[in-house]
Amino acid sequence: MARLLILGAGIAGQTAALHAKNRLGSGHEVVVVSPNSQWNWIPSNIWVGTGYMKAEQVTFPLAPVYKKTGVTFHQAKAVSLHPEGDETTTQPFVTIEYTSPEQRGTTAKITYDYLINSTGPKLNFGATKGLGPEANSLSVCTYGHADQTAKALQTVIQRMKKGEQQTLLIGTGHGNCTCQGAAFEYLFNVEYELRRQQVRDKARVIWISNEHELGDFGMGGMFIKRGGYVTHSRVFTESLYTERGIEWITQAHVKEVMPGETAYENLDGEEKSVKHDFAMLLPPFSGVGLKAYNKAGEDITSELFAPNGFMLVDGDYTKKPYEAWKPEDWPETYQNPKYKNIFAVGIAFAPPHAISKPMISVKGTPIFPTPPRTGMPSGVMARQVTYNITDMMNGKETAPTRKASLAHMGAACIASAGANFLNGTAVSMTVYPIIPDFEKYPDTGRELGSTSGEIGLAGHWIKHLLHYAFIYKAKANPFWRVVPE
Amino acid sequence: MSVRKPFEQTYYPPVPTKLTQFFRTNLIWQFFRFLILNVKILRMVRKH
Repeated sequence: MARLLILGAGIAGQTAALHAKNRLGSGHEVVVVSPNSQWNWIPSNIWVGTGYMKAEQVTFPLAPVYKKTGVTFHQAKAVSLHPEGDETTTQPFVTIEYTSPEQRGTTAKITYDYLINSTGPKLNFGATKGLGPEANSLSVCTYGHADQTAKALQTVIQRMKKGEQQTLLIGTGHGNCTCQGAAFEYLFNVEYELRRQQVRDKARVIWISNEHELGDFGMGGMFIKRGGYVTHSRVFTESLYTERGIEWITQAHVKEVMPGETAYENLDGEEKSVKHDFAMLLPPFSGVGLKAYNKAGEDITSELFAPNGFMLVDGDYTKKPYEAWKPEDWPETYQNPKYKNIFAVGIAFAPPHAISKPMISVKGTPIFPTPPRTGMPSGVMARQVTYNITDMMNGKETAPTRKASLAHMGAACIASAGANFLNGTAVSMTVYPIIPDFEKYPDTGRELGSTSGEIGLAGHWIKHLLHYAFIYKAKANPFWRVVPE
Repeated sequence: MSVRKPFEQTYYPPVPTKLTQFFRTNLIWQFFRFLILNVKILRMVRKH
């Protein structure tokens, strides 16, 4: 009996765990290590952040699902990888530290035959002075943060109802943030909530972001066919901001969040600030800080992880200018080049480079989005990697055969812009491929027939449908496999 | 919608007409778009 160890139980980790157990049956063991007792459908956290949903509606306990499916679960955080074992064993293992109330602080070694690293990111609030819920800004990255943010939003709404003018600043809290899409969703859901509570005239709503232009979303934006033209997503994004009366600040690296004021630098090197009564600013991401050691106990972290803490896989990490970037740079099997039984999926793998063109301010500050890895591609890569591993564990293959490069994968993204079944809206986007291929599609980088964007109520219905469908699937309820990644 | 003033950032972008806004939340049209969007998403799924 072999053991597949999965670190993390987010979208990628849960997808991997369920598919692995389904394909391996009782012949092999599937073990999940996650510091969280709850599974969280993160895309709906933006609705918790406005009060449209409660935290209980976007979470469920993991332990009963794993008990039902026969997956071994440790509520713990991974601390270090030992891919060669140590002086006492040649079996690779991971050191974990329990986070459950009963075992908090105790450590253990979990051996593995195959390892999937799907830890997700560390929310790096420390990268910007004063950033984060424990300092001077809010977040919707976790359901706990979102719950706290919803209460703060209600406080400013109450002030507006008393006649006070309020300024709300929403966006990214560092020059290298990703997840502009999540901040975008939160922005428009807040704007909708202000209108619903009839205080919109009392609010100045400002977007701040490290994107070069609106509509970049960390993927260089996209071109779509619209009204007889091929237009960039910047056009329809600016249109939506204008329609909703939202101001925008782009090309901004937030340097410090103070109580009621945020200081930032722009690409021109100008130092500016904006005053606010409410600030929801997403943090940059980094790896979770796993260390790695060889058999002799020497630190080999830099052999397994990029400097940003994300795990190195089969991508081309050679430093090269934007003009030399190729779709082939992106990983296909997510297998670590040195330790062939280690894989990384979701946000945990190291992208070879950004997707948006890197920009540096005149003062030398990098101000551009890092690559987004949304739920759909995270789920797909987790499924493909799991299929490869289970084939090898079952003796059907000796090496990965399935590929899941973002350069050959499409994505659908539904960005909520107001939550209501009758008058809500969402921006529904499809892109193919996720990584632009300017050799194959010289003008647009992507296939125009498969790349689209539109705003409407139907998008909201789909987002709601996906909310329930993916939670149903993650609970491993009957016929869960019918729900695609 | 805010009042557009010359040379400000909101002066230039296209804004939807009343008819466009109407169709964005028209139940019949949006039900049709719901079907179309699902087909588009399933096409993306099939590309994997």
